[in-house]
Formats: sequence, structure tokens, C-alpha cells
Amino acid sequence: MSARIPLVGKPIERIEDRKLLLGRGSFADDIHRDGMLHAAILRSSVGHGLIRHIDVSAARALEGVHAVFSAEEIGRPVPRIPVRLFPNDGMDPFRQPVIADGKVRFVGEPIAIVIADTPAIAEDALELIEVDIEVFPAVTSIAAAVAGPALLFESHGSNRIFGYEIRRDELADIFETAAYTRRERLYVHRHTGITMETRGVVAEWNAADGYMRCWGAVKVPFANRKILAGMLDLPEDKVEMIEGNAGGSFGVRGEFFPEDFLIPFAARKLGRPVKWIEDRREHLLAITHARDVECDIAIACDGDGHILGIRADMRMNIGAYFRTSTTIAPRNVGQFVPGPYRVPAYSADVAVIASNKSPSGTYRGPGRFEADFFRERMLDLAADDLGIDRVEFRRRNLLTEAELPKPFPAITPNPVVTELDSGAYEHVLDLCLAKANWADKQHLQGKLVDGRYHGLAVCCFVEGGAAGPRESARMVLEDDGTISLYVGSSAVGQGVETILTQIAADAMELPLDAIRVFHGSTTYVKEGWGSYHSRSTVMGGNAVLLAAAEIKSQMLAAGAGLLQCSGQEVSYENGRVIAQHGGSVGLKELAGKDIAFEATFHNSKHTYTYGSHVAHVAVDAETGHIEIVDYVAIEDAGRIINPLTLHGQAVGSIVQGLGGALLEHFVYDEDGQMLSGSLADYLVPLATDFPNIRTSSIELRPSPNHPLGAKGAGEGGTIPVGGLLANAVAAALRDFHVQPTELPLSPDRIWRLVQDAPAQSGA
Amino acid sequence: MKMPQFDYACPSSLEEAIQLLSDNEGAKVLSGGQSLLPLLAFRMAQPTLLVDIQKLAGMDRIEISADGLRVGARVRWCQIEDDKRLATAHPLFQFMINHVAHYQIRNRGTVGGSLAHADPSAEMPGVARVCDCDIVAVGNAGERVIKAADFFVAALETSLQEDEIITEVRFPPWPSGRRWAFHEFARRRGDFAIAGVAVFFDIGSDGVIADAHVGVIGAGDTPIRLDAVEQLLNGQRLDEELIGRARHLASETVDPQSDIHAAGDYRKSLVGTLTARGLRDAASSGAVK
Repeated sequence: MSARIPLVGKPIERIEDRKLLLGRGSFADDIHRDGMLHAAILRSSVGHGLIRHIDVSAARALEGVHAVFSAEEIGRPVPRIPVRLFPNDGMDPFRQPVIADGKVRFVGEPIAIVIADTPAIAEDALELIEVDIEVFPAVTSIAAAVAGPALLFESHGSNRIFGYEIRRDELADIFETAAYTRRERLYVHRHTGITMETRGVVAEWNAADGYMRCWGAVKVPFANRKILAGMLDLPEDKVEMIEGNAGGSFGVRGEFFPEDFLIPFAARKLGRPVKWIEDRREHLLAITHARDVECDIAIACDGDGHILGIRADMRMNIGAYFRTSTTIAPRNVGQFVPGPYRVPAYSADVAVIASNKSPSGTYRGPGRFEADFFRERMLDLAADDLGIDRVEFRRRNLLTEAELPKPFPAITPNPVVTELDSGAYEHVLDLCLAKANWADKQHLQGKLVDGRYHGLAVCCFVEGGAAGPRESARMVLEDDGTISLYVGSSAVGQGVETILTQIAADAMELPLDAIRVFHGSTTYVKEGWGSYHSRSTVMGGNAVLLAAAEIKSQMLAAGAGLLQCSGQEVSYENGRVIAQHGGSVGLKELAGKDIAFEATFHNSKHTYTYGSHVAHVAVDAETGHIEIVDYVAIEDAGRIINPLTLHGQAVGSIVQGLGGALLEHFVYDEDGQMLSGSLADYLVPLATDFPNIRTSSIELRPSPNHPLGAKGAGEGGTIPVGGLLANAVAAALRDFHVQPTELPLSPDRIWRLVQDAPAQSGA
Repeated sequence: MKMPQFDYACPSSLEEAIQLLSDNEGAKVLSGGQSLLPLLAFRMAQPTLLVDIQKLAGMDRIEISADGLRVGARVRWCQIEDDKRLATAHPLFQFMINHVAHYQIRNRGTVGGSLAHADPSAEMPGVARVCDCDIVAVGNAGERVIKAADFFVAALETSLQEDEIITEVRFPPWPSGRRWAFHEFARRRGDFAIAGVAVFFDIGSDGVIADAHVGVIGAGDTPIRLDAVEQLLNGQRLDEELIGRARHLASETVDPQSDIHAAGDYRKSLVGTLTARGLRDAASSGAVK
């Protein structure tokens, strides 16, 4: 018998795709239940104010309307959404109520919910609700929020509602004595992940059993079950979250939002199933936003370009409330500024600022996209000031392998200890430069060719992954000799079904079709954690390995019994238990033996994929248009389970980064009205916009922190893009001395930078 | 984003359609639906009745004669894109329509629908204005021929009466050898233009510009013509000096609004830039573009 060829590492096409391509997927809006009603949400059209009175009588009287609920019917105190990640008592006053009670703090905040026979009737009824709101002055920009006097939470006395301190070593008098220092104010604008499928909830209450079933769960079904059970005062095992297919998460979709309470509440109250499908306008107004952080940053170097220290004073505008994942970006933006570089002394203060905008949370590369923009801008500025080549400057400061593992700067409050695990940072930089023909293209820097200025930049990054504390997987040997694999990981379109099938098939030495994955629903495993922080391959994958090891030993024991020999006389090979005497049994024969095991993988150590990107841009100084001529990325993911799905993740991730750097922008006016409330104004990259992306993922330094060796990946593509593009534009427009300090790099902004440039070139 | 309630009619004759429009205040014509249906979904329009003109006979052809083009109101963008005759019969028209939105939208959107919607950033109103088209509309009072210059009143506002339906748009003939260009700038391919400039002119045997047309979209309440720039160009030889003056004048002539994608001063500059590029491009285009 020939040796089995491992499936891990092979570019296997996604097993999810057949069903999806045939239109057999099941998304939230595909769910239909008998007697189902439809919900629509009345949202605040005012950025900041006090609800004086709500009159729902005309809406209730409309034919086809079953109920209208506001805070009054929901009951006071109105439940408030908990902080899921790194909660702190200090955040309690700033948590979002599931429906506005008294104050409204952003345009899009739910005020009332209508339940009707059809979604259209429900929307008709919204227009009949009369809301009297006393309008207060709003604050939307960081400057306005810091200045006040308008306060989101009057009793707190300030719009600065929380803060983090991040420290490594002592800065002492470094900035007074260093040969070189530079200080800049930089800003990354507000944008977020736009999922192809909007959010959706279908809830059904079984009064006889006291059981609540919800469809539309994604990303973190177990966490949301716990939150909902608490709000409905039900035991957790009386609440079920069902995850179907999901048209994307990107960190934003799948967290607990007001509707995740309002729809089940209505279903229980009315005794009828209720469906709510978010429309795109609601999505843009009220989904988790991200970024929106300003940074006063100072760098100190010696005369040879060695970084001595960095000091950063940041203000992150989180919008109106703390929600489930709001803490992550302000923590990360503070912790990731040093990145893969040796920054001996580091100090950052991150002020968390409230404003009249949609609450923010995690979005692909949370805090890291921003931190990398700040850092990489400063590196290019410092290198240029010191007359050191920008690549050489990075070489002098990248951490060497001998310096790893390297602890992150310490953060308080809610400290977490984590360290860069492994990597050959400079080597991958070299690979990327070679692939991008960096040396050969240097003559193009700043050169005008056919009316456009060419520029190239290079950046290095690290990406965090594999958040603990644990993940579960349950394997069951079925009667037909196949294995059902139930996992706590969530499928958000990233291909986790395929990945976990590959890992399980290898562990069990079986073909792919002998494994069937069931994911993301709260009845499959006792406890699951879901998909965020690039964790499912590492955490879910290792849980699969543990489960496989255990059921193999169960199979050996059972097989030994059937083959009438001792446990020491049997071995497992390619789905058969083989006895030394020559006899063997297959999985079908073992099927009746109750072979099943639920394993939990525990891990508190993060993985750090890393790599380098090179961008080659051509800038039209007259229109401000930026063309991506070439984009090259290399990341070391430690161990690659499926190069095909990883490649797809990497490309998509870069495109999202380019969208954030160039196009996507949530614009609010001073009153808190959102001016980019449709996809005609909030510009998401289209499939044809960025054709020139070349990315490769390699296996150079596996993570030493867990058996699989893989590192969380998929967010890395996004992380360096903002800083990289800004640096490439600066390189292209060097004759104009243009130095972008803010994103996005919109044509209007680039044109203005050229107009305002201190020195015009010969043009 | 569910549409409000409305009644729907799909008449089989133009007379019937006009009658429905005049009998129902607030009724709207539904053609390709590419602008109207999103407005309904956003509840920014709440018509009582939609009069779908898809069953009306005719109005769906492009006729080419010595008198110019007659383009039916129900002609879709994809027909213009695919019509090989237009490469010589009216290359500017065909080229501008290639900038309309995306493939899927071009399969549905219609000439009459875009004219009636009158978005000042849209290509069809722009091409009608720069080419001095006649827009033919029929209502209870009979047929009316409206000059493009008189048709566009303000953003999303035309001189059409409530009961009038556009049936056709007529283009003056396009002489061979005419120099032309169209430059549009948008954030993404297929978006509404931040600004777009169409230019065309003839070069007489004396080598000077004659019959210059310069039209701009995206920089005013309606598609506009830059009369001053046209006057500057006529009778002159096109050289870099003239292009520079045209650029400056074009920029100074327009007074565009600011929005979240571009400030007014940026748009002013852009109109100048696109005018200069258009003129250069047109000059080098010769007769064979």
C-alpha cells in the first residue's frame, strides 16, 4: 500500500463552494418559519438629543402591524450590551442600551421596533411613529469631543471615557539627548468591514419548552448565547444559536447588537417567529465602525538610524458606546506601534473618546492598521531626515531571530502578556524586495512618466492570531464509517470547513469525504469560542488534533476487542485497526462501539504571522488619482494548511486595506448626520479596481507555541496597507515635498497636498 | 429599504400611458428603473403610480441618416455600446455611454430614463447638452421638441410636463474628420463623475478650429456648456498656449459644489485639467479615432 499523501498543505478547493455555487447555501434571509412576522427598527435621525415623547398609536393602528415596542414596553432598566473582550468596571456607564431610553447618542440608534406581517408594512409603520427629540449639540470629531462642551454622558463630565497606558522600559531623557527626534500628528479615518451579507436575525420562541432558537448567528454564537440568555433571564441551554452560511464577518458582523436582543424579545412577547434583515443603509449607520484615531507621535534615533524610543499620545474615537469588542482597537493601536522593530523604550497613552457616531469595534487588523500607518510613516520620515536608505533603516531596526521571543510592551488596565513568537523578519523583507524588483525600480522613484509620478515603498508588519483561551471539537464515528466533526469555530466565509476537514482527514489518515464538518451552532459542542483574531485554524485545528488522537485510541481499544488481541498488538493505519496477527477491522465495523470524543484545546499564547509588502504607485498630481502599478506581499504563516484558501484570504485582505487607504470613509457632519449612508457614497473596492496584487504565503518559521505550527493569518494583508500607500505617495511626490499625514488618500486630498506643497517641481 | 406602496400599470400604447400620467397626479414613468427603483427603496420618491413603458411599441431603435441620429427613448446603454455603426456615425456618444455605470446597469438603463432623471453628473444628459440634441416628448398637448439647452432646469429637474413622455432624442449629424475627446474622472470606474469634459470641434482647411463644443458634467446643477471656452477656441489654432488659456478659463467659468468626494475648488481645477487633456487628445485624434 502506497504511503498516504497528506492533505494539509495541499491547495484543495473549498468544500463549502459547491453548495454555495449551486444556490443551496442557507443565509439568514433564507430562513422561513410558519407564522413568521417581520421587524423594522426606528432609528434616531438625530445625532444627540433627549427623547421627550414617543407616540406609536398611529403605527400600532396600521393594518398588518402586530406590535410596536420602545423602551417603555421592553421594561426598565433596559438591558445593556456587555463588553465581551477585556471588560472593565470603568466601562459600565458607557455600555449601549438595546434600545434608546432617554438619550439618543448617534444617528442610527434604535428607538422603537415594529413587528408586522411584511417588512414593507413594518417600514410603512415606522413613518407613522412620532418621536419628539430635544436636540443637543453633537460632537463628531476628536477635537470637538475633547473640547466639549457637549457631553455624551453628562455625569462623567468628559467625553474621555477610558484610557490605556502602554509601556516598555523607561523613556527617561531619551528625547532630550537623542541625536535625532521628530514629532508628527497623524490620523486614520473611520471606516469598517462591509460584509456582502448584511446582518439578520430570525427568532422563534417555544413557550411549552421555554426554549429560544435564533438563526443568523455568526462569528461568536456561544458568546452571544450567553449574553442573550442573561438578558432574557433564561438558562443558557434554553437558548440555541444556529449559524448558517455567512456572507462575511471581518470582525464586525456577528457581535452582539441591539437587534440580537430586540428580535428574540419580540418573538417571545408575541409567540410568533420574527425575522429582521438589516438593510444596507442600516448596516452603514449602525454596524460596528473602526479606526478613527489620532496620534501625536515622536521618534528618537541615534545618528546611525537606530531607534532609541517612541512616544505616542493617541485619541481613539469609539463613537457613542462601548460595545462587545470596542476595547480591542485602542489596546492594539497602543501595543502594535513597535511592530517587528526593536524599539527599546516605548510609551503610549491611548485616550478612548466618545462621540456621536456609531459605536466602534474590531475590524480586520483592529488597531494594527492604524499603528502601522503611524509607525511606517515615521520610519520613512526619519530615514529621509537622516539620509539613510529606507530599506537600510528598516534593516537596522528589525528584530533578529536571536531576539525572539520578544514580549510586547505592557498594557494597563487589563494587562495581557504576549510575545512575538518566531520569525525571520529581515529574510522575508529581502524576499519581498526581490519579488518586487525593488533594486531595479529605484530609478523610478519620484520620476514623471507619461504624466504620472512613480513611487515605491516597503513596510514590515506583524499580525496577531490565535486568541485563547480554548476551542472545542467533537468527533463522532458514524454508522457508515465516516466521521462527523462538530466544531466551536465559526464559518464566516473564510473556508474553515475545508481547513478543519483537511486537518481531521490527515489526523485520521482518511480521505476528505470521510469527514463531515458541522460548525458554529451552540448545540454541537458544549462550549465554543468562534472566529475572530485569526484564531480558527490554530485553535480549532489543534482541538481537532486532540479529538482525533483520542478517538484513534478508542478505535484501537475497540478494534483490539473485535480482533481478539491486546491493545499493544494493534495499530491504526489509514482508517483501519490492524492486528499483528494480520487481521484488521475498518471504521464501519467499529461504528457500533460509541466512538466519540469532545476535545478542548487550551492556549494562551498568540501567534504572530509577519511579512513585508511593497507598493509601486503612479500618482497623477493634477487629479490626485493613485494607481496601484504593482503590489507585492509576502507573509510567513508558519505552516499553511491550504495555500488556496490562504491566498484568497491574503488578496481579499489587501484589497480591504486598499479600500481603507484610498476609498472607504464614514463622513459625519457636525450634527452627527452620516453623509456616506449608501454604497454610492461609501466606496467599497470593486472586483476590478485593484488587479495588480501579487501575494505569496510561505512556511518559514512555524509557531513554537502549539503542535500544528500554523499562525493565524488573513488579517495581515490589511495591516500595512495604509502606511505603505502613504509612503509610496510621498516617494512619488518627493519633488513636491508632499507628506501625507492623514488617510484616506483621496484624490481631493492628494491634489490639495500638491497645491499646498512648499516646493513645486519644474512642472 | 422596502418600497412604499404604489400602483402599477403597464400600458400597451403611448396614448394610454399619457392618459395614465395625466389622470394620476404624482405618477412616474418607469423605464429601465436604474435610478427610480433605488429612490423608491430609500423612500426618497413616493409616486402613486408607476407607468411602465416596456410594452410600448417602438422607441427602442437607433436610426442613422444624413440628418443625424434618432435614438429611441427606450434604447438601452448596451445597445449603444454594441452598435458598430456608431464608431463612425457618432463616436463621442458611444464613448461617453461606455462610462455609464457597470455592465449589469448598462443592460437595463435607458436613454429616456437618464434624460428624465437629469442627474447633472450623468453622461447622457451631458452628451445631449454638448451635442445640441433635440429631445422629443409627447403629452396630451401633442409632440414637443425641446432643445437640450432648455430641457435641463436644475439637478433632477427638467422642463418635461407631468403628462409628457420622452420618445426620442435627436443628434445633429456628425461629420467625418471631427476631432473629439471625452475625459471623465470618478473615484472608481463606473461611479458618477466627479467631473467630466467632452470636447469636439472641426478643423477647417485653414487649420483653425471651427464649431467648438465644450460640455461639462458633474460641475453644476445641470450639464453645462462652456460658451466662453468655445468662443476662445473658435478661429484659433490649437497649441499649448491656447490649451493653457482654455484650461484656465474652463476652471474659472465653473462654480461647482462641494460634497464628500470632492471640494468645489478641487472640482474647478479638475474641469480645467480635463479640458486641457480633452483638447490635447482631440487634437491628436485626427479623423480616425
